[in-house]
Formats: sequence, C-alpha cells, structure tokens
Amino acid sequence: MTLLRPRSAPEALEAFEKNPGALPLAGGTDVMVLWNMGLLNGKSVVDLSRIGEWRGIKAGKDGVRVGSLVTHTELQRHPVIRREFPLLAQACALIGAIAIQNRGTIGGNIANASPAADTFPPLAVYEAVVHAASSRGRRALPFLDVFAGPKKTHLRPGELIEAVEIPYARPRPARAYFRKVGTRAAQALSKTVAAGLLWLSRDKTVAESRFALGSVAPTIRRARKAEDYLRGRKLTAESVGRAMELVGAEIAPIDDVRSTAAYRFAVSKNLFKEFLTCRPR
Amino acid sequence: MSKQGLPRRGPAVGSSARRTEGPEKLSGRALYLDDHDIPGCLFGVTVRSEIPRGRIKNIVFDPAFPWSECVVATARDVPTNVVALIEDDQPLLADGVVRHALEPIALIAHESRARAYEALRFVRVEYEELPPVLTIEDSLARREILYGSDNVFKRYVIRRGDVDKGLRESHVVVEGEYRVPHQEQAYIENNAMAAWWKDGALTVTGSLQCPYYVHKAMKRLFGLADGQVRVIQTTTGGGFGGKEEYPNMIGGHAAVLARKAGRPVKIVYDRAEDMAATTKRHPAVVRHKTGLSRDGRLLAQDIQVVMDGGAYVTLSPVVLSRGAIHAAGPYECPNVRVDASVLATNTPPNGAFRGFGAPQTLFAAELHWEKIAQKTGWDPLELRRKNAFREGSVTATGQVLKESVGARDVLERAVKKSGYVKKRSAYERWNRDPKKPCWKGIGLALVQHGGGFTGSGEVHLASRAAVSIDREGLVRVLAASTEIGQGTNTMFSQIAADALGVPREWVEVETPDTAKVPDSGPTVASRTCMVVGGLLRRAALDLRAALAAAAGGSCPKTRGGLQRAAARLCAGNKEKRFEARYEPPPGVRWDDTTYSGDAYAVYSYAAVAADLEVDKTSFEVRVKKITTAQDIGRAINPLLAEGQVTGGVAQAVGWALYENVVMKNGRMANPQLTNYIIPTALDTPPMDVTLVEKPFSGGPFGAKGVGELPIDVPAPAIAAAIKQATGVLIPELPLLPETIHRHL
Repeated sequence: MTLLRPRSAPEALEAFEKNPGALPLAGGTDVMVLWNMGLLNGKSVVDLSRIGEWRGIKAGKDGVRVGSLVTHTELQRHPVIRREFPLLAQACALIGAIAIQNRGTIGGNIANASPAADTFPPLAVYEAVVHAASSRGRRALPFLDVFAGPKKTHLRPGELIEAVEIPYARPRPARAYFRKVGTRAAQALSKTVAAGLLWLSRDKTVAESRFALGSVAPTIRRARKAEDYLRGRKLTAESVGRAMELVGAEIAPIDDVRSTAAYRFAVSKNLFKEFLTCRPR
Repeated sequence: MSKQGLPRRGPAVGSSARRTEGPEKLSGRALYLDDHDIPGCLFGVTVRSEIPRGRIKNIVFDPAFPWSECVVATARDVPTNVVALIEDDQPLLADGVVRHALEPIALIAHESRARAYEALRFVRVEYEELPPVLTIEDSLARREILYGSDNVFKRYVIRRGDVDKGLRESHVVVEGEYRVPHQEQAYIENNAMAAWWKDGALTVTGSLQCPYYVHKAMKRLFGLADGQVRVIQTTTGGGFGGKEEYPNMIGGHAAVLARKAGRPVKIVYDRAEDMAATTKRHPAVVRHKTGLSRDGRLLAQDIQVVMDGGAYVTLSPVVLSRGAIHAAGPYECPNVRVDASVLATNTPPNGAFRGFGAPQTLFAAELHWEKIAQKTGWDPLELRRKNAFREGSVTATGQVLKESVGARDVLERAVKKSGYVKKRSAYERWNRDPKKPCWKGIGLALVQHGGGFTGSGEVHLASRAAVSIDREGLVRVLAASTEIGQGTNTMFSQIAADALGVPREWVEVETPDTAKVPDSGPTVASRTCMVVGGLLRRAALDLRAALAAAAGGSCPKTRGGLQRAAARLCAGNKEKRFEARYEPPPGVRWDDTTYSGDAYAVYSYAAVAADLEVDKTSFEVRVKKITTAQDIGRAINPLLAEGQVTGGVAQAVGWALYENVVMKNGRMANPQLTNYIIPTALDTPPMDVTLVEKPFSGGPFGAKGVGELPIDVPAPAIAAAIKQATGVLIPELPLLPETIHRHL
C-alpha cells in the first residue's frame, strides 16, 4: 500500500489527477475494514487529514456549508445543525459507535455510498447539494444525483467532495421525523432508516411533504409519488393508506444477512405512517 | 458442624471479594496469547474446505508463491490423525474427504503473519463434490448416510411410568413443536494456541478451558507419554464452552506445524475464522405431547428431541444427554418418555456452549406451558405451582430430590418481585387499545440445572485437586480449573482460606499448568465451585489438621505461627502438598443402560419474569426488565454469583432476540460481529437478581452450580411475554422483529 499525504486541497486534487485509481482516506472507518481484509494490498491511498480547507461548518444566510472532513460528532454538537437540521444531528448520533462518529466524516460517508448510510435520509429531505472538485474545476450535484448504486457514485475519476451545502428549511416544517430501525439499539447497521419533513396549509391540507428511505433500495430513495399524491390533501386514514401503498411501490428492498425484503417493506411503510400520523413512541 | 449440618464458614465465604485478576484485565495489563512474544515463533494459518462435502482430489500449491519461506503441513504430517474426545471420527486435518465447510485441510506457518495469510491465496483445493446434508430434516430423510446406518450419532431414551396409559387417562392432551437455533459463544478473545517442542517433549499454551483435555489429545496425536506433554493456560478472554474441545484442534495444529518447523508456532484466529469454523450451540427441534388431569396436574410427558450435531461426534452425546435429562423441566410427572437423538450433518461440528443442551430442551418445556394455557384457558403460573418440584419429588430419571429444592421458592420470588400477576392483567387491558404504539407482555419461566457431570461422569473423571504449603508458609491452590472470567481464582481462594482458617490474602491460586496442577477435570458443567471447590475444601482441611499437629495443638492464626508450622511440616522439602480425590456422595445410584437414577448430585433452580414491549411500527422487542431468582445453594461470593446471573441473562437475551446464525450452503454467512448481533449494554435489560441460598450438604459450604443455570431460563420467558403482547405463540428462536412480523 502506498500512502500519499497532501497538505492542501490543490495538492490533494493534483495527487488524484496523477493517481485517479487512488483511494481517498478521510475518517478511515470504511477504509480500515477493507485494509484489514487485505483488499488494499498494493493500492494507493491518499490521506486527506491535513487539508484544512475542507474542515469546519459555516452558517450563512440561506443555509450551512459543511466541509467534507467534518465528523459526525462535530455535526451533532454544532448549534446551528442542532437547531436547523435536527434530523441530521439525530442520524449522526446513531451511526456506528462513538469512536466511529469521532472519526467518520460527512464527505467520506457520501463517497462511500452505502445504501444503509444513516445521514442520507436527512440530507435527502433537506435537499442538500454536494460540491465536488477536481484539478479541472468544480461542480455542484443535488444530493440524490450523487449515487449510482450500492457503493457507487457519479463522481468522476479524480473528483473529490469538498463540501456539502444544506439550505435552511423555510418556512419551518410543521413536523420533522427521523427513525432508524437497526439490528439493535446501538452500534447497528440499518435495516431501514427514514427521515421526513411536513408542511401543512392553514386548512390542514399538506402543503409539502418530503420523505426519504435508506437501506431499502440500491441507493437512497425519496418517496416522490407519495409526496406528490399528498400535496393538497388532508391526512385521513384513506389518504395515508394510499400514500403508504405508493411508498411501497417506490422501494426495492432485498433479503440479506441483516433482514428480509418482506420486513423492510412492511416497516418502511409503517415508518411513513408513523411520520404522517406522528404517533408518539 | 453448624446447626444446619453445614460446615462453619469463616469470613471469606459469603463475602463479595473483588476478582483477583480484575484490575489486570480492566487496565489492559493482562497478557493474552497473542500478546506473548515467543522467541523464534512462526505464525500458523489454516487452509479450509470451501465445500460442505466431497473428496479431495488435489491440493495445489501455486508456484507463484515462494513456498520455501513457509512450513506446510497436511494430514501426512500427523502421526495419529485423530482429535481425541469421545469417538475417534474427527481427523486433525482432512485426509482425502471433507465433511463440512471450513474443515481444516492443510496448515501453513510463516515468520510474518501477513505473509502467512497471503500464502493462503495461493493454495487451491480440487474437490469431487458430494451431495451435502445440511439440516436436521435432510439428515432424518437419510437420502445420504454420513454416519453409521442412520445418521444418528447417539440416541437416549428415558422412561418413567407408562406414557401411553398416562395420555389415555388424561383430561386434556396438548402437542407442540419448538425449534431453537445455533448460537455463537462470542467470547472476547478468539481461539488462540501456541506450541513448541524440546527434546521430544511438547508444550502447548493458550486460551483454553480444559488443560487435561488438551493434554490427552496431544498424547494421542503424537504418541507421547504423560510427562512428555505440558499444557499451560494463558489469560483467557472467555470461553462459554467454546474453548472446551476446540483447543484440542487448534493446539494440535500448532503442535504439528511446530514439529515440522522445529520452531514454536502460534495460531490466532481472526473473528471471521473463529465464528465460521469453530463450534456453536446445537440447533434442536423438540416436540411435546403432554397429558394433564382435570385439575391441571401432569399425567404424561412424551418428548422427542432431535439435535444437529454437525459433521463429527465431538461432544454431541453428552450435550444430548444433558438436554434429554432436562427436557421434562422442573416438574413432577408420573409418566415420562424422552426420546432424544443427535444427528450428523455436513456442517461445522456443534459443541459445548454454556447450558450444554439444557437451554434447548428447557425452551420447549417452558414455552409449552403457554401452549397448554392457550388450549385449556388455565393460568400458566397456576399450572407451574401445581406441578413444580418440591423436596421428595421424583424426576423423569427416577431421582428422588432429597434436599436443596428451591424450585417453588424461586418461582414465588420472581412472581412477587416482578409484580407478575398485576402486570399480566394490566397488560391485557393495555393491549386492547389499538391507539397504543406498542404491545406489552410479561412472561414466566422456571428451570432446573444439574451441577457437575451427568450420571456416573464424575466417578469416571475421578478429579483431583490439591492445596500446598511451602517452607515460607505460602498456601497455594493447585487445580486444573481455569479462570475464564467467571471468578474461579477468587472463589477458590475464599474456599481454601475458610477451610484453613486463614485470611484470603494468604492463599494463592496456581496457574493451570499440567506440570504443576493435578487433573481436576474440565472447567465445564457448572462443576468448578461445587465439585472442585469441594475437593479443595477437603484438601485444605487436611492441611489444616497437619498444620495443627505441627504447631502442637491448633492451627496457627498468625503469619509467624503459620510460617513456623509450615517449616516443620515441610521438613526440609520445598513444599508439602495435600490432595483430595472425588468420591461420590453416599447413596448415589445411576444406571447407564436404562438411563435412570441420580442424574446429578443436585439441581440448581431459576425463575425469570420477563417484562417487555413490542413496537407496533417496527416489531422490535424492548425488554424493560428481567426479574430473576436463582437457587444456587450457598453463594461463596455473592457478587460474582450475581455476575454469573446477569451475564447469563444477557447472553440468553441475545439468543432469544438478536443472535441469528445465517447458514448458506453449510457455512455461516454472517461471521462478523457487525452482522451477528449480540446485545450491547443498551439492549441488555435492567435486571433484578435475587439469590436464593438453599444449602446443599454435598457442596463446599453448601454451594451448588451457578455457571449455566442463568442462560437456561430467560428465552422461554421472553417468548411467553411476546405471546402475551402479540397474541401469537411463536415456537422458535431468535425472535427477531422479522420473525414476529412473519407470524403476525
């Protein structure tokens, strides 16, 4: 294994320009698993830990800009994140173990593209934008457009995530929902994980709803059909039931060693119902 | 003798002395095998079968790897290719045939651990595949015969009275079938052993439970005499049965490589290899047909037990035996038939795991009360009250329970402390309200667990333990019982100190090393305190008498007095040793041919009330509280005993709710702690533990067994509580949210 240690963002981008097949190392929480399994023998790894530009959370007028090397722990503790993006703070607090939260970064989490990533449903409903950079330039991708499949992104060779921008939800939503259903209460991978935001009109009809599910399809899914269906409707047993069916049609869960497709289907729909009916837990 | 007819205890027994080795382990100073730097040591790795059954056509060592750097061993390098245990069917290295996935085929040793693993990629085994038998059902179908004429490794039939007549005369007959799965021991330290040879003598050291099992296995493999093999335990990070028999295998591998290399060899499994290749709890299917009288008394229990033994006999006959003897539960029934078999399959051999067959059959016995209650409308608590053992009860094997029968006591304590009766009805009301986000349930279980080896086992073992004193007056406990986290060292020093009448701090416990300690039998079967502790007490009493004689009257009470008496007693020798050998309690009778009589010297008893919620959105179970009472005889160290209870309960909660060994084509598909889910502190419920100390005259200071009892009892109580919560009796484990969802 060859280790490269750039000291700045331009140096890092240059390193990737020269070694497009290199593996970026941010928090290392996924890389070290591969390394331990002997899968990185002979590979080049670029350590990003010395890049100061990609650290820090900047709160602006319309949203926050989170550097890609910001850790899950930093996100949880940041007052603006806690106030404006409580779902993201909640998700970060349920990722792996405390040690993983201390090491793992938002950029690494996104680039790793696990279908089960816990930060993805909140980032999807907050409609985050991912900023990627390479030595040739920069571009911004809507969060959902980053992912191509399990562990696959549309990032180009040599392209790295430098920041994630999250716009404030305005007006503030009437309801915000996050729930992770993992294999146990802590230190768990998700079987299904959901986030939702709901805005109601004065007449109690749904002005807008956003709902996203992880771990139930090759990539993170927004429940667009259900969201569209609910717009302008009141939340009745009938409309909730119909919306649940639409959610079911938008996901494609599988059987694996952690859970079953049937369970993921049923519970994902139940989570959606819980979000809409906000039954206290 | 005191008023209760028990030996008087001193200040040590009954005190919650802190664990002797606790600070070392907590601070990280304790050295496990992998921490030991052995000069000149090579690292060994294992080539394993990728298929569940087949013939080995060829083992190809790809010339792209520099094999001259390595030492390679195959079956040809093993003088007697047998892992000695009960039968001789298991080879140390597969020779021509593989009978389960991950079966060891060849060994490679290299100076560098990384290179040793790298070398594995350059070995290719060519097979002629044979149709595998992967489940109990496959094995019963007998399309393929793997063992004997019928795939049956062992069968026991226990008979009492006339079951058919009992069923005919019953007011009601209830049938049920229950299935329990594998469980991984998940000790914190993986299996690890090292070996080296010097002048034709072999030393094996590592993480193990039973030094003399390894000793016997090494003698057999290499044709060595007693004095040519030395086995030393290193600090061991848990065992739970997983290091009862497996160290014979990995220790043998290290010894074969070391013999060929002429250098020490260490083998340390990583977690994936340990989980996939080593032993697990036996899966089982248990069927009950139970007849009861009009007033709810048991008239007949017809029980069938079938266990999956895996590919080799290993310890399966004894696991089955304990499972069969415990299958009827702690209840008196005049007519019992237990027909128990363990079958061969092409899966890695299942083996010892805390509870040793009893958790499997007790799950069925206890959950069956819910089935009976469902069918008859009778209350499961009242049914237990009517039928539970009391003094004078006769068990399925015809054993009369003469003393220390705490079954009813633990049941009533658990019922009272948990508020079971009130909660049972309150939860019924709660569950009728569809607006509630969860269902609630509370369930009971009551079990027995026999201490020590079954039947004549302890007589055959003829265990020995000793206490020695040296010229300086240092007292040493000499026993082969290992400290594997349960507190053996602390408990032994308490027993020896009080028997001698000296402070506990004056007693040291020798490291289990076959060159230093006598064969006290294996560290298994809840026998360390009750059986070996009893031997130590006797040995210490002999020492005490000798010291008293040397001091010219009574046993010395001061350090100086003890030293003077010790010097006289040693009479110029380095030390003086007093050894005790097992003698069966008077009047014990066991017949191996009819499988009847006194199956165990005594039973311990435990009851659990499990109080839980099931989430209606996710079907996740949250255990709110486990209330348990456990009759373990006199607690030598109440804190450690309580630790055994809480640990056993946590492990049982894992088996009941989380732990799911996913088998695909005969191999574990989730051999990682990421996907094999054991409970964390957050998943482990609050516990209310009551020790009920019904003294046993045959145990040291009245002690009985405690190691396994706690893992027998929570799972059926949890399943019963889920039955109340959801209204559905789910006769299988684990009760994953997926399982519950599937049954609703």
